[in-house]
Amino acid sequence: MLRSSQPLTGPNRKRCREDEMLLGMVLDEGERGFIIDTRSAQAAKQARMSGGGTEPKSSYPQWRRLHRPMERGRPLQESFIRLVEACNDTSITMDRWLSRLESCRWLSHVKAALSTACLAAQCMDREEASVLVHGAEGTDTTLLVTALAQLLLDPSCRTLLGFQGLLEREWIEAGHPFHLRCAHSAYSHARLKQEAPLFLLFLDCVWQLSRQFPFSLEFGERLLLTLFDNAYASAYGTFLCNNEKERCLCKVKENAHSLWAWLNQPGEKQQYLNPLYSHNVLVIWPSVEPQSIQLWQGLFFRWIRSSQYLDEAWAEIQRLAESS
Amino acid sequence: VENVRLLDRLSSRKAALGTLYLTATHVIFVENGSETRKETWVLHSQISSIEKQATTASGCPLLIRCKNFQVIQLVIPQERDCHDIYISLIRLARPVKYEELYCFSFNPKLDKEEREQGWKLVDLKEEYNRMGIPNNYWQISDVNRDYGVCDSYPTEVYVPKSATAHIIVGSSKFRSRRRFPALSYYCKDNNASICRSSQPLSGFSARCLEDEQMLQAIRKANPGSDFLYVVDTRPKLNAMANRAAGKGYENEDNYSNIKFQFIGIENIHVMRNSLQKMLEVCELKSPSMSDFLWGLENSGWLKHIKAIMDAGIFIAKAVAEEGVSVLVHCSDGWDRTAQVCSVASLLLDPYYRTMKGFMVLIEKDWVSFGHKFNHRYGNLDGDPKEISPVIDQFIECVWQLMEQFPCAFEFNERFLIHIQHHIYSCQFGNFLCNSQKERRELKIQERTYSLWAHLWKNCADYLNPLYRSNHSQMQGTLCPQMAPCNFLYKFWSGMYNRFEKGLHPRQSVTDYLMAVKEETQQLEEELEVLGERLANLQKSQLSYNKVKSKQQDQSKQLGLSTSNNSLANTPQEYSNDLKSFPSRSPSQGDEEDSALILTQDNLKSSDPDLSANSDQESGVEDLSCRSPSGGGCLPSEDSGKDSDEAVFLIV
Repeated sequence: MLRSSQPLTGPNRKRCREDEMLLGMVLDEGERGFIIDTRSAQAAKQARMSGGGTEPKSSYPQWRRLHRPMERGRPLQESFIRLVEACNDTSITMDRWLSRLESCRWLSHVKAALSTACLAAQCMDREEASVLVHGAEGTDTTLLVTALAQLLLDPSCRTLLGFQGLLEREWIEAGHPFHLRCAHSAYSHARLKQEAPLFLLFLDCVWQLSRQFPFSLEFGERLLLTLFDNAYASAYGTFLCNNEKERCLCKVKENAHSLWAWLNQPGEKQQYLNPLYSHNVLVIWPSVEPQSIQLWQGLFFRWIRSSQYLDEAWAEIQRLAESS
Repeated sequence: VENVRLLDRLSSRKAALGTLYLTATHVIFVENGSETRKETWVLHSQISSIEKQATTASGCPLLIRCKNFQVIQLVIPQERDCHDIYISLIRLARPVKYEELYCFSFNPKLDKEEREQGWKLVDLKEEYNRMGIPNNYWQISDVNRDYGVCDSYPTEVYVPKSATAHIIVGSSKFRSRRRFPALSYYCKDNNASICRSSQPLSGFSARCLEDEQMLQAIRKANPGSDFLYVVDTRPKLNAMANRAAGKGYENEDNYSNIKFQFIGIENIHVMRNSLQKMLEVCELKSPSMSDFLWGLENSGWLKHIKAIMDAGIFIAKAVAEEGVSVLVHCSDGWDRTAQVCSVASLLLDPYYRTMKGFMVLIEKDWVSFGHKFNHRYGNLDGDPKEISPVIDQFIECVWQLMEQFPCAFEFNERFLIHIQHHIYSCQFGNFLCNSQKERRELKIQERTYSLWAHLWKNCADYLNPLYRSNHSQMQGTLCPQMAPCNFLYKFWSGMYNRFEKGLHPRQSVTDYLMAVKEETQQLEEELEVLGERLANLQKSQLSYNKVKSKQQDQSKQLGLSTSNNSLANTPQEYSNDLKSFPSRSPSQGDEEDSALILTQDNLKSSDPDLSANSDQESGVEDLSCRSPSGGGCLPSEDSGKDSDEAVFLIV
């Protein structure tokens, strides 16, 4: 699986021999590959006007392009804001709640993200084909897809340490601009142009997986909530800045502590582990039917509803699992 | 009929070819294939509707929709055969006499005494004793001993001590269907009670002294409160409309010290339509999130569930927090009244959240109080306008509560699903007819078997591993969160998508934890035994060999490890684009699936009592259906116990 940003084809259909060679080298003679473009075909075409574009079939004959439009940027932030508003609105009656939820579109975005990741995983696991994923910049939806796909395919990414490694690789080092994207969250009126909850969308998708596969992830909801918190505001340097270059310039490693170091301490680690975990070497294929995708209550109603009864249930589960 | 195809709703690729059989009690589809003989059984009683669809090149499609939400799509090669099957099924699914029903031929191979014992498992007199009755305020009355006062009530009713026979009879004449106020639940801690009745025949101005005295008696039976709540579970408009027909509701001016309240739950016709709309959403092919949420809201289903729950909460609060008695009624007092009284009882009393207690609750508020099972669930062919998912809604309320309070119930989701299944299956006699009177006339207890005994025998399948009788969630009243709480109501895919394998984890957390719990318990017992023997060793000469081999056998039996990696799940159809690509050879896909399908020997599928097995992939039937009684096993594909990863399969 490869990731990149969009090719700079431009309105004049520029070509780049090196790029074509690079992609050509990935595949053997006669092999086919898939390019998953996270923009709609129309959006990708329009990108040419501003210097971007897609890989023309003639120049990349072994690669087949699939478009899977995924929301990002401003509209995704709006979706998030609307959802949080809806969750806090005590005046909504039951007969309007679901349509209100639907109008936020958040769950549709979760469905789209999971479906695209499943598609990428399916290409690799079932079709045994290589996959190239990109959107426009290669820093948002691209990373969402590649990270999720690896969770599906690779059991080592589902361990606590493996998951941290996945985050380091596919989000932090890959250059997801955390500083810009995770600025003010849903309550702010600032409406920053560059803000968008891609990382939260990723965590939501991971939560969906943990619900559908309760035995397959070594970590639980607690970790996901902690990551969400730290992406926006943290005592640690892990999610600071927008890319490795900035982190070097700011000397983050010299001046701040790593979140992972703290999380992995024997005393801390316990609360993030899933008591039901059992190493599963198989690929996991989630259901993306609407019935299977649920609103992440633990996050969106975290401060609104009492979690007492569910916490008690988890304590029971922990107790039982540990006694075995 | 041969060469019939059974289609899979979600994947046209996975159509199975086989033979269709029609017996007196079931429709059976047996898949062709050398080693695998996958069978799909459907009880005629479960068939809700049959639809003949337009003939295509591949044959004549027949769609069978079941009351337990299973949907079966067959394609019959010849139009003639299809028509014959259609006509036969229509007749078989609409029995005219009770004797045609499965419960009269079902034979679990129990003797007469065992059958009797099964019926005695739930004893309502014992239940009222448990509540503390008879006592100074309440007594049992035999005024209805020959069903002379009210033919839809039981022979034994519980009334306030000060309610004489004269008052009861007088009151019954002033109530729709003669259903006078009678006790449903008594709280001995504060003497508050929940009584139930039907609507008064008050019209615009009629009064009845005895009925007013009856309510007064109920109020006085609770010395701790100076007023009585009267809760009408209908929308105000409907209740007012009833006045024009000479019925209606209680006038606060006429009845001393009552506080009247409308709660607004819709009627059976609205509920029937609501379910219909929701099922249409479930039948959508590849719906978007938007289609689904809009469709679900449009059906209004969750809104109705919440309305029933809110009514139950109101009554529970009145009893537990205010110490005020409540009289509940709707129109006839056998639908919404039953729902609301049983939800309230469940919230109030932890006993009803135990397995036995839940059976008792259903016997009390549904069976004994004359809920019209036959009319509502179509045991026999009848008026389609009487059909309505009333008890289904109650069962769903219980599930919604289980999701909010995971430690508060002794039983699990499977228990609820199986009860719902058997309300429609007519395999047992508990839910036949419309009243106790009719059941006794038909001698149900001598001619059929009790579901409760069957469930009780298999209780290990139905336990909730998170339940502990001393858990805080089992002490006192359950208080569901009030607003905001819309989000707490979830779509119950375990029930409405029960047969769609791909939507559910193949291995349930419940089953895993139960296995762990059992194993731990067994080991603890072993430890105790060993401890004793160690002590005895000093005195006698025992060899350890016997004990060791016993241990090994048990741990083998319990070998429900979660890391059996031989079973994989398969991906959904995430993309149409991939179909044209050369993919792996189909056999590889089949290999994985065939590992899931057990052989003939394991399944003992020649035993017709393995009824309603629609899919034996999960490989659990042989575990649960090995019970010596041999009968009435339910499909356990809904939450398989097999030692697999919790995986998703949409084929």
